[in-house]
Amino acid sequence: MSILFDHLGELGTGLLTTLELSVLAFPLAVLLGTVLGVCRVSPVPPLRAVATGYVHCFRNAPLLLIMVMVVFALPYAGVTVPLFGSVVLGLGLYFASYVCETIRSGIASIPIGQIEAARAIGLGFGGVLREVVLPQTFRSMVQPLGNIFINTALGSALAAAVGVQELTGSARQFNLTYAQPVPSFVAAGIGYLLITLTAGQIIGFIERKVGIER
Amino acid sequence: MTVNQADPATGALFDELGPRGRKRLRWATVIASIVVLGLVVAVIAQLAHVGQLAGRLWAPLGEWPYQRFLLGGLVTTLEIGLSAAAMSMVVGTAAAIGRLSGHRWVSLPCTAAIELFRSIPLILLVYFFLIGGPMVGIYLPPYWELAIPIVLHAGSVFAEIVRAGVNSLDRGQTDAGLALGLRRQQVLTLVVLPQVFRNLRPALVSQLIRTLKESSLGYVVSYPELLNRGQVLGEYTANFLQTYFVTAAIYIVINFALSRIAELLDRPKSS
Repeated sequence: MSILFDHLGELGTGLLTTLELSVLAFPLAVLLGTVLGVCRVSPVPPLRAVATGYVHCFRNAPLLLIMVMVVFALPYAGVTVPLFGSVVLGLGLYFASYVCETIRSGIASIPIGQIEAARAIGLGFGGVLREVVLPQTFRSMVQPLGNIFINTALGSALAAAVGVQELTGSARQFNLTYAQPVPSFVAAGIGYLLITLTAGQIIGFIERKVGIER
Repeated sequence: MTVNQADPATGALFDELGPRGRKRLRWATVIASIVVLGLVVAVIAQLAHVGQLAGRLWAPLGEWPYQRFLLGGLVTTLEIGLSAAAMSMVVGTAAAIGRLSGHRWVSLPCTAAIELFRSIPLILLVYFFLIGGPMVGIYLPPYWELAIPIVLHAGSVFAEIVRAGVNSLDRGQTDAGLALGLRRQQVLTLVVLPQVFRNLRPALVSQLIRTLKESSLGYVVSYPELLNRGQVLGEYTANFLQTYFVTAAIYIVINFALSRIAELLDRPKSS
């Protein structure tokens, strides 16, 4: 047990790496997912097809497979990204499909009267989305997007399988060196609980601030 | 004709287009098609440039022994996916019933277990059983090294789905059952759960998709499921890109078919 406390710093570094991965991958997923979501509801058939195809591919493949592909197969295609960047990319690509679907259902939850009213005052497709639909969509999506953030943080643990020393990876490393399975994994578990509980609190706070009462 | 029949959920986002709008839409379609095609061509050109389209690299995937190896992985994936899905549903339902129980000494531990397994990553559990188990003298067969973490994780997710289903059921159902003189246990098993499970048909299929995807962690424990086999085959024939491409295609086709089934189940029966 005391060995664990002596080396708590290593687990702390791992926790920071997990946070970095999630904090970098999440905006990527939201950005890409929003673009895809808009494509998916747009009147232009090829854009819809691309967005739909993307969502089907990335939601139905396991995250670990996507990560393994980005890390080990992409270099063969002549695209070399540093390991850390590959993991962020893999997480971002995977969770973008979830953001896309969240946005689609968020748009569907906007009362139809608002869209009709926006169109009646002469806004086009872009205007309706930009001025009326998306601002409300994001506000009503705080909770689902927050869940995607939590899933991104938990999903980033798979980076340990491709060799990134984030929280799970450093717990594993610690274990291989000092053979202290229970304390190290419990400590890592507490680290994840800290992340998910804190994120839950922040999401709840934002929800109360911007949420729309209907 | 309306342009957006395909997607009734967003049907009101744009009007039926006038002549100018249709013209603009045609242009947008043409430009978008060119951009999309251009991207596809660029990817293919890049792959050809680095020599990854060479027939020599794709050839092994057309040969039966290699295909059999990969399909064997698929069978294992389906086996562990199905069995873990079934077990996680049993465990999850039990945990949900426990969490909803009136006795605090039952509901508290169930709540704690559900929240714990939901908020730590699956791979951490896998490592715990993989590395931690032998160190404290627990030797599990490889199947269980993978299945136990999946069942714990997917089960806790399923428990929350069942709980939401129970909570969304009209309270009157429970009240009526109690008024008839049924015990709480009977109300749950005879009145509430049958209705909840009928409403949850799509969730049952999604649960299978979840466990199929989670079984890819066999990669970590060297359990010969699809992703693990893909990795072994890619290493053996030195064509990672091609093998992973096919592996991904298999996962996508199967899970896509399952998600279509879930959608069909979601639709109210036309009587």
